[in-house]
Amino acid sequence: MNDTPFNFKDYVRSRFFPHMWCPGCGHGIVLGSLLRGIHELGLNKNEIVMTSGIGCSSRISGYVDFHSLHTIHGRALSFATGVKLSRPHLKAIVPMGDGDALAIGGNHFIHAARRNIDITAIVMNNKIYGMTGGQFSPLSGPGKKATTAPYSTIDNEFDIVELAKSAGATFVARSTVFHAVEAKDLLKKAIMHKGFSVVEILSQCPTYYGRKNKEGDAVQMMEGFKNNTVKIGSKKLEKNPNLIQRGIFVEDTDKPEYCEAYDHIIETAMKGNS
Amino acid sequence: MGKGKSVTHVVDKEWCKGCGICVHFCPKKVLELDRKGKVDTVRLEDCIACKLCELRCPDLAIQIINKQEREND
Ligand SMILES: Cc1ncc(C[n+]2csc(CCOP(=O)(O)OP(=O)(O)O)c2C)c(N)n1
Ligand code: SF4
Ligand SMILES: [Mg+2]
Repeated sequence: MNDTPFNFKDYVRSRFFPHMWCPGCGHGIVLGSLLRGIHELGLNKNEIVMTSGIGCSSRISGYVDFHSLHTIHGRALSFATGVKLSRPHLKAIVPMGDGDALAIGGNHFIHAARRNIDITAIVMNNKIYGMTGGQFSPLSGPGKKATTAPYSTIDNEFDIVELAKSAGATFVARSTVFHAVEAKDLLKKAIMHKGFSVVEILSQCPTYYGRKNKEGDAVQMMEGFKNNTVKIGSKKLEKNPNLIQRGIFVEDTDKPEYCEAYDHIIETAMKGNS
Repeated sequence: MGKGKSVTHVVDKEWCKGCGICVHFCPKKVLELDRKGKVDTVRLEDCIACKLCELRCPDLAIQIINKQEREND
């Protein structure tokens, strides 16, 4: 724990602010929750490495004053895997867009989960490709509009939580940017969890998703996160099963972590040589 | 009850993009957007230092410093 007062400016590269996100974009709120969580955990900035791919969400890595790698679209988890295996003492955090994580990066995502490597993946789900102009993503869902689906999409969406669970992630949680304190607390748990952790945070893209789908401005989209989500197992689900659940879905500490398992293999191999 | 006297609002108008999230979610209606569309603390005396504005500001442009809280630490 850290009792000193929190100041954003201790954790960001101020020279790059104001940031590039649109007014009201939820991604900045994720950044705020993450930094506050890291402060509360009392982590040293030099103990953290952030790798990211491409997208508005992925731009987070340029703003944080940690070790950071801004890599290629969909491949952030692969870079993080390499970094983590060579520097296992670092906390590896990977901010990802829904497209980055589950369209082009879907395969990397499921395999990182399957290996249970100690990386924290933050999926900033705005249900659209923000950076490239509002194309639909595998998270948009049927009936949603996008620049590439003017008559609405016919594609079913993934459920990130179910996908991460079945692929083998050992910590899986969901929150929204309306619930910034809850998101912070889940991020803290995910960062401290040993193994592959996934935190899906619903975030608004007022510029493309909001405008195309007439969901209003950033404020109205955040009201939507408040009204359309509930804590896991809430009574409200009996009346409305379509409400999106928030909280921790998986927390498994029994499964071996990948870097540790790899160390054991090295030990075994070295025994034969001595 | 407002904590006005022990609270300071530090606003970075260069970083603020005027999305209005803080104005909308402040439970005490302490904040407004000024003529340039940037956040302005107009009723500091009503501020209860809940920090909901700071927590939800996408621009990291607003900080609430509560002296009382620090003294109690
Ligand atoms: C190999 C490759 N393919 C496509 C692109 C174009 N591209 C850049 S960002 C992006 C999608 C961004 O969407 P998402 O990951 O959801 O992030 P957001 O901007 O919504 O936060 C795409 C398709 C690219 N940069 N590289
Ligand atoms: S395009 Fe969308 S995701 Fe990208 S910065 Fe703007 S609001 Fe955010
Ligand atoms: Mg996206």
